[in-house]
Amino acid sequence: MAPDPIMSSPIISLRGVTKVYGEGPTAFQALKGVDLDIQQGDFVAVMGPSGSGKSTTMNILGCLDVPSGGTYLFKGHHVETLDRDQRALLRRRYLGFVFQGFNLLSRTTALENVELPLLYRGEDKKLRYEMGMAALDKVGLKDWWDHTPAELSGGQQQRVAIARAIVTQPDVLVADEPTGNLDSQRSIEIMELLTDLNKNSGITVLMVTHEPDMAAFARTIVHFRDGLVESIEAGVAA
Amino acid sequence: MLGTTVILAFRAINRHKLRSFLTTLGIIIGVAAVVTMVTLGNGATAAVREQISSLGANVLQLRPGQGFGRGGGGPRPPDFKERDLTAIENQLTGVRAVAPVVQSSGTAIYEGNNWSTTVYGTTSAYSEVQSWKVADGRLFLSEEEEAGKSVCIIGNTVRTNLFQGAEPVGQRMRIKGVSCQVVGVLATRGQGGFGDQDDVVVMPIKFVQRRFTGDRDISQIMVAVDDAYDTSTVQASLEELMRERRKIKDGQEDNFNVFDTKQISDTLTGTTTILTQIVGAVAAISLLVGGIGIMNIMLVSVTERTREIGIRLAIGAVAREVLMQFLVEAIVLSCLGGLIGLFLALIASVAIAPLMQVPFLFDVKVNAIAFLFSAAIGVVFGYFPARRAAALNPIDALRHE
Ligand SMILES: Nc1ncnc2c1ncn2[C@@H]1O[C@H](COP(=O)(O)OP(=O)(O)OP(=O)(O)O)[C@@H](O)[C@H]1O
Ligand SMILES: [Mg+2]
Repeated sequence: MAPDPIMSSPIISLRGVTKVYGEGPTAFQALKGVDLDIQQGDFVAVMGPSGSGKSTTMNILGCLDVPSGGTYLFKGHHVETLDRDQRALLRRRYLGFVFQGFNLLSRTTALENVELPLLYRGEDKKLRYEMGMAALDKVGLKDWWDHTPAELSGGQQQRVAIARAIVTQPDVLVADEPTGNLDSQRSIEIMELLTDLNKNSGITVLMVTHEPDMAAFARTIVHFRDGLVESIEAGVAA
Repeated sequence: MLGTTVILAFRAINRHKLRSFLTTLGIIIGVAAVVTMVTLGNGATAAVREQISSLGANVLQLRPGQGFGRGGGGPRPPDFKERDLTAIENQLTGVRAVAPVVQSSGTAIYEGNNWSTTVYGTTSAYSEVQSWKVADGRLFLSEEEEAGKSVCIIGNTVRTNLFQGAEPVGQRMRIKGVSCQVVGVLATRGQGGFGDQDDVVVMPIKFVQRRFTGDRDISQIMVAVDDAYDTSTVQASLEELMRERRKIKDGQEDNFNVFDTKQISDTLTGTTTILTQIVGAVAAISLLVGGIGIMNIMLVSVTERTREIGIRLAIGAVAREVLMQFLVEAIVLSCLGGLIGLFLALIASVAIAPLMQVPFLFDVKVNAIAFLFSAAIGVVFGYFPARRAAALNPIDALRHE
């Protein structure tokens, strides 16, 4: 399904976004004016060579970081004008994150990890349990709820991380190389899970990947080069 | 939000039980040390005060010589005479009771049991001065005192060792080779700072003078001051009177001394109070060191848990929540340490107090202050690491290895 400009305005809109790391002579311009629109419900794969600014862009899209220049409109909010805490509240309400390194809390059960975002939302114990178990069920790990990360395989850990990201029913799921640490079989399972969440839960998925096999699950593929969007093409799944 | 952070704090502590325990060890030891020291110190002060008050409240002790003992060389200062006693009774205002004392040591015998003890020769006024009570039997009758009859009142130690369960009142025993009739037993006074106060035989002074000391001298005069009068004023006029009676010229030193038991009491309790404060202060320093220990571990913990902080921030925790989490964690740790410390102090004080022969006095104020202090340490030393955690950038924190 190609984005329909008449049907909806984009959920994400970058205009002339730049990012400069450091100051003075060591300053490095990682983004050199990125323009990008992403429609609600899209499944976007971001590709490009190492150092081309994919993660930098994802961090900005995920409201973890602010652009040095340009504008970023997320659900009608001018993110570049927001402070730390305001961006934290946007993340809490609308965004879920999956990282290459899983990033689960160690010595903490799968359920407690998944419940964590609900805790910050101030949900009560009963609701936390129900939503946490529902999210674990969605990623197929209901029976593993009391296992700590050390007792789970990499694929399972990443699925717990996905459960944690979707437990708050976010609008957008940001995943920076979610299959980077997994073998191809586990990677395909994760991609199928993301596809399912995108199709059946209506979550917009933004994913960085180096592997064309994984990008093949996306509807839109964005290519980065040297801190700029090089091209945007419709994916195989579109 | 506070509820959330408290849950998170307890989870984090629970996840690292050993480290949490080691972190609080400083606080535990500090609080336990402070509270134990102060509790025992207060007990010691109370014990000293108790012992002194057993000497009788507001009692002046008049003795020949300067200070305790009779000094080294030189002529022995004269003892007092009965007319000194009468003079004090009649000429001094503010006196409740006056009792003469002569002392002699010797062996008491009853049915083959021997017991060596101290004989006090005095009058019935002694019981008023020292607030001694007779538990069994009676005090001396005035005709017994007048005539210097061979009657005695014995202390409990003498009763136990000599009579061994038999009823002593009405029995005759021998003291220093003289037969005497037991008319009473003193109420137990206990182990004082001045030896066993129950190891005594009290007899009419005239009898002791006649049969044991051989003269009519009085070695000590106890003067009980009326509560309505100021002890130091009475002491001054007593000294004045005695200088006059003993014909001491101006500028010449006294050949007698007057002890104010209350003054001794104040001095001794003052000393124990200062000791308590010093020991308490040393212990408080260890509490401070414990606080620095918490800060140290919390700082390490912030570094070690950088990635965790990154995860929390990415998930949508605002800076304040991360700050609160670490702050609450430090406070919970230090409060737990404080509680454990108080508990240990309680056990230690209860166990040690009897060994030191001091009473165990639970002081709510000391316990409350120590607990609040440990909580305050959590706030003070937890704040810096917590602020550092909250200031982390989520991206950098997530990337942290
Ligand atoms: N915090 C930072 N400070 C300084 N330079 C940075 C920082 N983060 C990224 N860079 C630089 O910015 C450029 C883009 O980095 P980015 O992480 O976005 O690349 P990427 O496309 O995600 O690469 P990869 O595929 O290797 O993950 C790189 O040259 C990198 O060295
Ligand atoms: Mg990257």
